Amino acid sequence: MTENNSIIKVKNLKKYFSLKSGFISTIVGKEEKFVRAVDDVSFDITRKKIIGLAGESGSGKTTTGEIIALLQKPTDGKIVFNGKKINDLSGKALVEFRRACQMVFQDPYETLNPRFTVRRSIEEPLLINGWGNENKRFEKVKDALERAELRPAEDFMYRFPHELSGGQRQRVAIARGIVLDPVLLVADEPVSMLDVSIRAGILNLLRKLRDNMGLSMLYISHDLSTIKYICDEVIIMYLGRIMEKGPTYEVLSQPVHPYTKALIASVPVSDPDVKREEAEIKGDLPDQIDIPEGCRFAPRCFSANDRCQSEEPELYSIKKGHQAACFLCEPK
Amino acid sequence: MAFLNIQDLKIYYKTIRGDLKAVDGISFTLEEGKNLGLVGESGCGKTTAAKAILRLLPENGRIAGGKIIFRDQDIAQLSYEKMRRLRWNNISMISQSAMNALNPVIRIDKQIIEAIRTHENTTKKETLQRAVELFKLVGLEAKRLKAFPHELSGGMRQRAIIAMALALDPDIIIADEPTTALDVVVQDKILKKILTLQDQFNSSMILITHDISVVAEICDKICIMYAGKVMEFGTTSKVLKDPRHPYTMGLKNAFPSILLEQKELISIPGYPPDLVNPPIGCPFFNRCPFGDEKCKDEQPPREYINDDHWVYCHYADQYQDFREKATQGSTWEAVRKRQQELGVV
Repeated sequence: MTENNSIIKVKNLKKYFSLKSGFISTIVGKEEKFVRAVDDVSFDITRKKIIGLAGESGSGKTTTGEIIALLQKPTDGKIVFNGKKINDLSGKALVEFRRACQMVFQDPYETLNPRFTVRRSIEEPLLINGWGNENKRFEKVKDALERAELRPAEDFMYRFPHELSGGQRQRVAIARGIVLDPVLLVADEPVSMLDVSIRAGILNLLRKLRDNMGLSMLYISHDLSTIKYICDEVIIMYLGRIMEKGPTYEVLSQPVHPYTKALIASVPVSDPDVKREEAEIKGDLPDQIDIPEGCRFAPRCFSANDRCQSEEPELYSIKKGHQAACFLCEPK
Repeated sequence: MAFLNIQDLKIYYKTIRGDLKAVDGISFTLEEGKNLGLVGESGCGKTTAAKAILRLLPENGRIAGGKIIFRDQDIAQLSYEKMRRLRWNNISMISQSAMNALNPVIRIDKQIIEAIRTHENTTKKETLQRAVELFKLVGLEAKRLKAFPHELSGGMRQRAIIAMALALDPDIIIADEPTTALDVVVQDKILKKILTLQDQFNSSMILITHDISVVAEICDKICIMYAGKVMEFGTTSKVLKDPRHPYTMGLKNAFPSILLEQKELISIPGYPPDLVNPPIGCPFFNRCPFGDEKCKDEQPPREYINDDHWVYCHYADQYQDFREKATQGSTWEAVRKRQQELGVV
């Protein structure tokens, strides 16, 4: 992939959260411990593509998303946006980046201010950016509402969040996310709180935004079936590391990494006639403070051997764009 | 033979605006040793119905009509004391949020022992022995009994809750979204555990969920609810393979699947009606692509497809035509347009 094609590039991204120990243990020189939430992660977000970030809770997917939106500072690593390193943006440049990269959160009941009308909520980013005059802003809000398929927009402008259904609230949150015409949207579990009958509508909307506005997206979710529906590429994370990544269809239909296989086999199937394969995975998610040495999935893996216990596999290429971090696919 | 029989059950909540008819005349049956999945959107009354079976409704809720027949007695009419003895002994519950179901400041062993000893005359030692066995059954180490709830992971807490629900060998387990808060890998393990244990204990289960695929995997029967009413009831494979109600068809088309090749997911436009002033006719009318004046004015009767598959729809006989149209996005788009014209968005 050429530089031009990627909108965001993260390289060797790390985020360690320090477990602050007490005063005494600092004096006696006890070793400081860390939660390694994101541990050496590199990937690209391609222009006009939806990239899915999947994994169980504690896999570091939300932290990764927040670092890309510059809501958290990485411990180490590089974030490149449009060819420029943006780790330490501040002042005007940061405001400019925030305009270009917006976020949509999981819970539409908590992300909207209950005392703001829909118009005010969506206008807020425009006000912060000193955008246009009142008339222009009104038109812009109207336009955003219509793009989020809340039509006719005038009917929604002066409603309060409690007067909207869950799906409509999430659409307002999306309208607020796109009102500044961003180029990148980080969506953290945008449909997991919504009912099935409404979920499809939001997913279709995200697809349309990609196709019509040319929006790139990082779609964070634990739900592989929604990822399959809207993502062009998928990244599977486990305990802060990428286990497998590649084109969604390929990864989900021909998974290589034992973890990806287990994850896919664990998803229940809505067809009563289909018998799933048994998911091959042992035990529970280990403690994030004491991440196992070697391959971090080894203790739960049925294919693990001695080498997996001591050495950590890197991402090996399988096909064009499809990589997995497992010795099984190491080139001979 | 059905051993839990719910007949025309009505549950109303008192609100300032008037009675909210959360459950409005539902009927279904549960057979011994079988599983029933109760499926629907949030606010359709599925949790309310389950709480009524245990008579655990909040203060402003009441059973306004109908019967809950369990072993020849009507639960709706039982005295407080009789009901207290029935709970946990005969009907127990696995709740959605294990963190809220457990007392955070009491060790788990104490909580299990208390539950058992409230209902049975046993010594502390015997009970503890039982708790250890239960923990083994659900796949937890015995030393975890001494833990506080916060010391366990989400999956372990849910296992502990299941152990508690099974403690008195109940006839019916009501599981309210038992795995919704868990990751897929853990969900898979917990569901399998519930299934094997249920087999062992030969108990029945009512599983409340919004996830059709979970029901498809573990339930014999499925009951599709909408706006406090039953839309369709029947054998899981029948209902999901051969749906007769437009709402069931809509749900199926909206549900993303990891196995099937889906070109387009179709959402159902609009949202459920206000249950303080529910519609006179079919509750699904204003979201249904096939509704007409009759649906608006008259409640659909129960139409039998066979003995254990029924549907509430005036036009149940036109299902083949409906089913074909329901797979097309334009059919539902027309509903959205109609709603906009009527101003009911």
